[in-house]
Amino acid sequence: MEFLKKYPKIFQWLFLLIVFFALCFAIDVPETYKFIRGQAEFVKDPNQSSYIFLGKEVRYYAFDVFWRLPPLLGWLPIWINDSLFFLMNEWMPMEFWNEDTQEFKTRPLVLQISRNLTAFMTFLIELIREILLGGLETIVAFTSWDWIDANPWAELPGLPWTIVAAGFAILAYKLSGIGLALFAGLTMVYISIFGQWKPSMQTLSFILVAAPLSFIFGLSLGIAAYKSKRVEKALYPILLVMQTMPQYAVLVPALVLFGVGDHAAVIITMVVAVPPMILLTLLGLRAIPPEVIEAGRMSGCNNWQLMSKVLIPTARRDILIGVNQVIMVCFSMAVISAFIGAKGLGFNLLLALNQLNIGLALEAGLCISLIAILLDKMSLAWANKQVDYFGNLNFFQRNKNLLFFSITVIIGILLAYFGSVYFKGGYNYLFEVPHNKGISTADFWNKGVDWIFDTFFVYIKAFNTWLIQEVLQPMRALYLRMPAVATLVLVVGAGYLIGGIRSALVVCGLTLFIALSPWWDRALVTAYMATFGVIVSCIIGFTVGTLCFQNKHSAKFMLGVCDIFQTFPSFVYLIPVMMLFGITDTSVLIAVIVYATIPATRYTIEGLRSVPAGLHDAATMSGVNKFQRLTKIEFPLAFPHMMLGINQTIVFALFMVIIGAFIGTEDLGQYILKALSDKNGAGIGLTLGICVAFIGLIFDNLIRTWVEKRKKHLGIA
Amino acid sequence: MSEAVIKCEAVYKIFGENAKKMLQDSNGNVDAKTFQKNGCIVGVNNASFEVAKGEMLVVMGLSGSGKSTLLRCISRLTDATDGKIFIEGQDLLNLNNKELIELRRNKMGMVFQSFALLPHKTVVENIAFPLQIKGIKTEESINKAMEMVKLVGLDGRENYFPRELSGGQQQRVGIARSLAVEPDIWFLDEPFSALDPLIRKEMQDEFLRLQEKLQKTIMFITHDFDEALKLADRIAIMKDGIIEQLDTPANIVLNPATEYVRKFTEEVPREKVLLIEDVMDGSISNNLGDVKVSKDEIIENVAEKILTQEKSVAVINENNKTVGSINPTKIINTVFGGRKNRK
Repeated sequence: MEFLKKYPKIFQWLFLLIVFFALCFAIDVPETYKFIRGQAEFVKDPNQSSYIFLGKEVRYYAFDVFWRLPPLLGWLPIWINDSLFFLMNEWMPMEFWNEDTQEFKTRPLVLQISRNLTAFMTFLIELIREILLGGLETIVAFTSWDWIDANPWAELPGLPWTIVAAGFAILAYKLSGIGLALFAGLTMVYISIFGQWKPSMQTLSFILVAAPLSFIFGLSLGIAAYKSKRVEKALYPILLVMQTMPQYAVLVPALVLFGVGDHAAVIITMVVAVPPMILLTLLGLRAIPPEVIEAGRMSGCNNWQLMSKVLIPTARRDILIGVNQVIMVCFSMAVISAFIGAKGLGFNLLLALNQLNIGLALEAGLCISLIAILLDKMSLAWANKQVDYFGNLNFFQRNKNLLFFSITVIIGILLAYFGSVYFKGGYNYLFEVPHNKGISTADFWNKGVDWIFDTFFVYIKAFNTWLIQEVLQPMRALYLRMPAVATLVLVVGAGYLIGGIRSALVVCGLTLFIALSPWWDRALVTAYMATFGVIVSCIIGFTVGTLCFQNKHSAKFMLGVCDIFQTFPSFVYLIPVMMLFGITDTSVLIAVIVYATIPATRYTIEGLRSVPAGLHDAATMSGVNKFQRLTKIEFPLAFPHMMLGINQTIVFALFMVIIGAFIGTEDLGQYILKALSDKNGAGIGLTLGICVAFIGLIFDNLIRTWVEKRKKHLGIA
Repeated sequence: MSEAVIKCEAVYKIFGENAKKMLQDSNGNVDAKTFQKNGCIVGVNNASFEVAKGEMLVVMGLSGSGKSTLLRCISRLTDATDGKIFIEGQDLLNLNNKELIELRRNKMGMVFQSFALLPHKTVVENIAFPLQIKGIKTEESINKAMEMVKLVGLDGRENYFPRELSGGQQQRVGIARSLAVEPDIWFLDEPFSALDPLIRKEMQDEFLRLQEKLQKTIMFITHDFDEALKLADRIAIMKDGIIEQLDTPANIVLNPATEYVRKFTEEVPREKVLLIEDVMDGSISNNLGDVKVSKDEIIENVAEKILTQEKSVAVINENNKTVGSINPTKIINTVFGGRKNRK
């Protein structure tokens, strides 16, 4: 009893677990219950029950309410769908002037707005794309098709790849120095000679529109939230949900609103990339010491100067992380938005993955990753750039980069011209290496994959079978065996024990939403895959992080590795696992583990680093050995920060599980993917996305609350 | 004293939602405790004083005494709840935003306890910042900033970032920045509190040297009584938002107005604060030795000279005219006597 008095929490948790298991055993699996696969939900079956709400019929298999709650929210996806349709096609019809037909035309307001937005985005993308690759859409936008027919010379020829490559190298040199310049040059040359030029430039033009727009929107909304409490309060819940919403899920509604193509992809990317930018801007601005603001005021800044010259530069550390995130999301979306018809590397990557051409996928994936790293480094260098006031420069020195670039342009054009003579009749390799006409190592990789398969097939298969039969299937069965009520009790109880009544209510609401949606079973499968991924990732991440932390250099190296891996678009992770494990759950899980280990490792190292040096010394002087210091001092103090890492790990794992649907899993992701090709998919996709987001938010809420309490307890808040 | 550069009349600063209404109801008699019960915190309570041109007023008080709040009211970083503040005759609280910015750009400079340098700018860029905000061309502002860099003795480090400097050096940048626009009024908010004692002393000396040269009107905030004694023309001692006493260092040490002030003065080595003038005997006796001391000397500097005499010593003014005398016993009494509670 002494023990219980000393640690009342342990007793409470034990009690919660006992109740949970008691419920699990008390509630039997109904005889009619089976996990519903494939399209079965759409089959009309006399065994189904149904109800009608808001004029929508919802059909479902009824079970004991303790076992599975009825899908009382089943009408929501259909309702969202109908509302969207109504908004787009019927709401607020107005007269709009039509340029082409020179007359007024009646159109619903939202449709008109969406069309205008679409046209604007298309124009921006085409502008950059045609500078890089040539074309005539931009010229036509300012003149007309008739004019371009009469003046064919006005068509933009596009830049030869040599000029673009040299341009990037020079820009990188100006921003950072010879190292980055070399990297930029080599990346561009690689892209070109491997025949990925055109798709790469298409992707690049997409990013060059999406990333700056997201940055500007995110920054301005972040500033607005900083200045006004009301804006912040309105934005906050949306931001939270968007942070944990899988990027897939947003695709479907966008499809309805903006149609198919690059422009829709840009808008979607903005929707996904803006929230982290807002959050980080807000975080950075909040962290500015009040004296710096006062110093700015006393220097006589007006509001604009204060914001642009004092606040934003002072907060730039966090803002830069925001830029990094924006770029990451943009590249991630560059691939995913291939599903809604965006052109570029993503499209090639998906195509190659679909054909199981791992070699091609690898090349495309490498291109995306290289460009991602390049842009990331360049944006960073740009933000850290310094001005030299005292160098006494002459005209040549001041403008040498510009001069160099002009010379490159001339040389590039000459080379291209020379190429057009030299490669008469064939492809002008000095202008643009056509797609799939460059060097390709795809065969090599494919052969390698085949070889791995032939050689290790037995082992891989054995491992695969073992994992699926001995670990995954039982785990999945266990998850599905949980009665809904028991799950609810467990989650709400945990919420109450960690964060009191408030936390319990929030968590209860989130769980109920999922439980009342028609996809509880699938949510459980998603949860099981994510759990497995998170557990393994955390074990690996904590171990690797702790080991690397023992040495300053290895810690720094590991953080660098994490940085680079984080820049890879999430889809790229599927390539190597498919190489090794083919199309199985194992592949998805391994991709999940690799992807989710990044934050686990990073936060472990950062957490251990944040332990004050004074404590370190104090511990050493108390005569602890290295291991004792780790377990008694460093872990307990770093643990709250490491828990935040687990939080990130969960979000990353969920994202990857959902993307894994592309390989084929039986969870929420599969339905999101299916919704993409469904006429009425928008509502389903969005609701599914919200479900996934809520799974993430449940853990987010619990972990954050715990961390805050713990930090306060330890006095390191 | 010449005309007042800073003039405060019954300034109140009360934090809280219905501070204004409560202040009106109280008719100026603010009691911190009743206000606190109603969710209001009293920052500054009925402050009235003037600072003359070229004078250095040191505001001394422990943390939470409202001294920083008072300074922020006068620089209008926060708006005073009630009262009137005049800067060179302009009613500060009635200035609109534009006029306020003009005033700050040309008349005011401020130094902060935590330096408050812009982390993304180099030393010279930080110092040039207020100039560039004013709209002065880059080249000109950098040249001017370089002058300031030399003034505070940071030459050679102009291209360093704040994070690469020590605390003392960072504060030199802060001082240079606040002086770049050549302000008439100089606010210093605990500028040396974050520095370690040796550097602090060095910076204080440096500060006195600068002030000798520049003759600014200064409001200097500190929680260190010794620092206040060393620097001040006059000291204002604050407690719970109220100015307990405002006087010259010598008067504060000799005649503390309240018990609270007296506690501070107890431990003060008087010989380091008081001038001969403060303790001399105004009557001129005929029985004086040959040794003469100036009335403006600090006791400590001439004590030995006086104590080696048996007779009283003549005190002279700047024109070498005898204005009084001082007896060696008086010195001994001043240094060792009159501290009843000293243990």
